[in-house]
Amino acid sequence: MCRDCGCSLGPSAARAPFATQPAAASHGHVESIEVITAILDANDQVAAHNRAHFDAQGVLAVNLMSSPGSGKTSLLEATIRALQGELAVAVIEGDLATENDAARIRACGVPAVQITTGNACHLDAQMVHEALHELPLAGLDVLFIENVGNLVCPASFDLGAHLDVTLLSVTEGDDKPAKYPVMFRAGDLTLISKVDLLPHIEEFSVERARESLRQVGFGGRILEVSKRGGDGLAAWIGWLRSEVASRRAAAA
Amino acid sequence: MHELAVCQALIEQVERIAREQGARRVLSITVSVGALSGTEARLLEHAYPIAAAGTVGAQAALVVESVPVSVRCRECRAETEAAPNRLLCGACGDWHVDVVAGEELLLRRVEFETAGDAVH
Repeated sequence: MCRDCGCSLGPSAARAPFATQPAAASHGHVESIEVITAILDANDQVAAHNRAHFDAQGVLAVNLMSSPGSGKTSLLEATIRALQGELAVAVIEGDLATENDAARIRACGVPAVQITTGNACHLDAQMVHEALHELPLAGLDVLFIENVGNLVCPASFDLGAHLDVTLLSVTEGDDKPAKYPVMFRAGDLTLISKVDLLPHIEEFSVERARESLRQVGFGGRILEVSKRGGDGLAAWIGWLRSEVASRRAAAA
Repeated sequence: MHELAVCQALIEQVERIAREQGARRVLSITVSVGALSGTEARLLEHAYPIAAAGTVGAQAALVVESVPVSVRCRECRAETEAAPNRLLCGACGDWHVDVVAGEELLLRRVEFETAGDAVH
């Protein structure tokens, strides 16, 4: 049993030893200690615990991040339809308020847990951990975690997902990566979304968006997708299939 | 504004250290904040008193060491500073670089006062 929450996972959740070393000698009553620990160490520990849960069940966990309104939920709806009968999918939805997104996902016939963060601007590993207690992982192939729509804060919190996918919709500026470098450089895959609208949005250049991603050090794949289908959506589905396959191969 | 959550995590670590060291109060806390850490030093300083209120660190000075981004070029091997949104080699301009500093968000040092039986 996990001693933090009573869930059924073993000692992989054990905390790493706290690295401290005594520094300068005490000056009377005043002392100091040199430490080098990640400030978000506690979150990172829970994230590692979540990842261990996913690995134990052979589930690929994908964290979706973007600004609000860039099409994360629509992409998920299209993805679930495309994978129907082939891969078992579930979704954890993060929003400040409402069950709306979880309801949209459930309407597609897959399980969804809604996390409402109140005023918190990001999901953290503990929130995901609690959501996992409501979501049986057995038999799942892919778990999507739709983060709170925000290009700043979610980048700092590891949730335990295997892959980070960032969306950049063509209704935003093509210089978004330059404005939010921490978010965009960290992803494994960037989806330029709503590309069906490109004929109406002359300000957005896919080439400039790609250049902006390169300048922030993004080295992953870039796919151009639309929820209405097309080559990009097919490539995204193909990418998911191959990631699921390589996770299974690693687990075997 | 996730800096409050960062400060809360920081205070939890400081409280643990203070307990382990038998500290009566914490005088200063030194942290390193990289330009690519996603955390703003100024916001951290604003959030700190809110997170620290009522704790052993309530009176502590928060010392933020800002760390600029450094990249090492895979082509010419030069190590240069870079802007967070322009991770290019400062020597040859190539984009095949590895970030070697600027991603950190670390607690470095805690200075504290013990009730003490030290000799005066």
